[in-house]
Amino acid sequence: MLGSLKGRIAVILLTLVVAGWYIFSNGLKLGLDLQGGMHLKVEVADPDGTMTPEAMADATDRALQVLRTRIDQFGVEEPLIQKSGDRRIIVELPGVDDEERAKDIIQRAAFLEFRLLSGGRQFREALPRIDRAIVAAIGTEGLPESAFQTPDSGTGTGPQESIADLVFGNRGDTAAQAADSAAADSGSVAADDEPESNIRPLSSLLLASAGSEHEFLVLQSDVERVRYYLDLPEVQAALPRGIALRWHTQPTSMAAQLYRVLYVLEDPAFMSGEDLVDATAGRSQQTNEAIVMFELNRRGGRTFEQVTGRNIGERIAIVLDGQVHSAPVVNGRIGQRGEIQLGGAPLEEARDLALVLRAGALPAPLEIIEERSVGPSLGQDSIDRGRIAGIIGLALVLVIMAAYYRVAGILAIGALFVYVVILLGGLAGFNATLTLPGIAGLILSIGMAVDANVLIFERIREELAAGRVPRIAVEEGFKNAMSAIVDSNLTTLATALILFNFGTGPVRGFAVVLSIGIIASFFSAVYVTRTLFMIYLERRRSTAPLSI
Amino acid sequence: MRIFANANYDFIGRRGLFVKVSVAVCAALVVGMIALQFSAGSWMNYGVDFTGGTMVQVIAPQGATAESIREIASRVSPGATVSRFGAESEFLIRVPEFVEEGAGEESVANEIVAALQAEYGGDGVQVVRTEAVGARVGSELQRQAAFAILLSFAVTLLYLAFRFEWRFGVAAIVSTFHDILVVLGVISILRLEVSLTTVAAVLTIIGYSLNDTIVVFDRVRENVAKLGRRETYEKIVNTAINETLPRTVLTSATTLAALLGLYIFGGAVIREFAFILIVGVVVGTYSSIFIASPALLAIERRWPKKEAKKSGGTTGRARSTRVRAAL
Repeated sequence: MLGSLKGRIAVILLTLVVAGWYIFSNGLKLGLDLQGGMHLKVEVADPDGTMTPEAMADATDRALQVLRTRIDQFGVEEPLIQKSGDRRIIVELPGVDDEERAKDIIQRAAFLEFRLLSGGRQFREALPRIDRAIVAAIGTEGLPESAFQTPDSGTGTGPQESIADLVFGNRGDTAAQAADSAAADSGSVAADDEPESNIRPLSSLLLASAGSEHEFLVLQSDVERVRYYLDLPEVQAALPRGIALRWHTQPTSMAAQLYRVLYVLEDPAFMSGEDLVDATAGRSQQTNEAIVMFELNRRGGRTFEQVTGRNIGERIAIVLDGQVHSAPVVNGRIGQRGEIQLGGAPLEEARDLALVLRAGALPAPLEIIEERSVGPSLGQDSIDRGRIAGIIGLALVLVIMAAYYRVAGILAIGALFVYVVILLGGLAGFNATLTLPGIAGLILSIGMAVDANVLIFERIREELAAGRVPRIAVEEGFKNAMSAIVDSNLTTLATALILFNFGTGPVRGFAVVLSIGIIASFFSAVYVTRTLFMIYLERRRSTAPLSI
Repeated sequence: MRIFANANYDFIGRRGLFVKVSVAVCAALVVGMIALQFSAGSWMNYGVDFTGGTMVQVIAPQGATAESIREIASRVSPGATVSRFGAESEFLIRVPEFVEEGAGEESVANEIVAALQAEYGGDGVQVVRTEAVGARVGSELQRQAAFAILLSFAVTLLYLAFRFEWRFGVAAIVSTFHDILVVLGVISILRLEVSLTTVAAVLTIIGYSLNDTIVVFDRVRENVAKLGRRETYEKIVNTAINETLPRTVLTSATTLAALLGLYIFGGAVIREFAFILIVGVVVGTYSSIFIASPALLAIERRWPKKEAKKSGGTTGRARSTRVRAAL
């Protein structure tokens, strides 16, 4: 008995620790209705109703790919972009209050272009001029330390450091703070008296890439700062003619650091998505590697033939909405039909690239069919009120239980405490989103969680009234109440699951709370209360009356 | 402390009265709902979730009235309605319009906010919340909501038929149907706005009401096994109700206590949700005593269980032929 009691206590403590760990490590994710933000449901437009289901599904996939590409532009921490059904996409933007901008980002037509990688040398030569333009525009006050270091090699024309130097060398780690103050100071005017030539705000952040003279690596943590520099009108004016700078869409990892590639590209683009007819992913017949096959129209074929013919060995960047998705090397002259080899990358990647190409070729206009937004003040207000309501509701339940069942009621309160911890831990562990109806569900479930205890306690009272000794009465009480508890919990669980499938957003949050709540309450009411009863009975004579 | 200890009320003997009351209430509510369908255009006050349209919740500067805001919003969209919401200067503006926006089109919500800001100054108007739902999405949601409610009935019926037997399932559905009817009636007559959250509340009530009914039925099943030969079915059911009475009342009390906290302190958004649940818990508790058991008795009387139980298979077959005969 003691052994099994110890085991039970260990199980309960372990559960509490795991739940607590989830609560503190994952935290509770708040729904849009609590933290404020925008929820949009968009659908691929089909004004004539002529699209086949396959065409619709493909258009939705393209739109999804485009939105994922633009995810950065929303400027929010955790945007959610998710397919819903065959032809709808849900976009959730926590904390967004500029609706017009967000909608513009979502609905803007995708723009695909092809540009040669070129102009790296001119860009390098222009770097000192660009550095000076930055200093002239924002002054030297907010610049990080690294900007003041003189180049290691004597040329002084640009970044010559190897990656290893920069990875292991000293770097200003106050970049983020500096970026803030730089932004704040942007109004203040240039410092004429500075020894300009040694200050290298931009070129100190660019690392030469081993792959090509037309690309640079920028530490992921510096990307925002470099972007800010490049967007300055003074810098735009100082850029050499005929080149454009574009970022790669995703960071690359190298020597345990994350970098973004910045490409120097020919300006203007030699071809746009208009001339692309189709693109599909497949496998090469010779090597069986994943490739993307594309097809151009006549005009596009002619252009492509000229450009590729002249530039064998050079690279062409595929740019969607201003971001480079891939920059394959030209292996030979390509006409209307071509292949892009991905060097052994998984088929998945080829599919994504084909989607990017098709997104540019066949724009998929999106209609907003549902839009909800919640201001941050309402969200905070809801949390505060939910907390007060929860504490008061919980207090009332506790008072009723303790007054009605005395010591047994206090045991039930202990079980209820375990219940709340498990419920919150479950929510955190499943990454469930806590919504306003979710908070209501949580409070409601506290009221219902005691139900199982009430069932058990009433049975124990009946057994005691029938003259059984406490230990037997407790055992019988638990046993007899079990079938009612199981049946009622399972039916409620069934409705909760239906609710989950039916609902979106807030309602779904409510269903999740209810489902986890039912499972948690089953554990706490049956297992935890039983254990607490064992402890309670352990310390007394078997004939002493129960306080129930 | 004990309540209803050794209770021995004659619930079943007086069931006629309660059934009559329930039938009268349900009939009145149905008549009311039908009347509303014709007089007000719809039996339910559907929110934008279901009708499609745009809702904007704003905090307007001191002195703004619902009427003045309605006047301004009407310039943007003629069908605008405005109601106060929670705090003194907070208003809900609803318009039936929702433009399925292509790129570059201004949403109705923004136009309304712009019109209000033009009138009251940019800082005076604070947007708390906006919701805009396309009409197509709205009608889809309506269908899905009805489907979800029906599906939960079906699942419960199946589960109860499997765990108990079909007559318990049917009786539970009858009593839950009664609860849903009353709750929908209250929502309809009070013109509460029906949103997705309302549907969540109704589904929760289905869960709660079934939960409550099942506890009583579980006791009936147990007592039938224990005293089936010696007592009449009426007596067995009545005993079961009385035995579970303390639990029924106490669980309702704790649930209501939690809901009361929500209702009083939960804020305007959650208040209606809590109100609907309070109605549901009260009705659900009532029905598990006064409706579910009489329904079970009526079913038992109409299709009595064969006394001599030979085997599950044969009774099952016999039962199903009887059902077919009755139909």
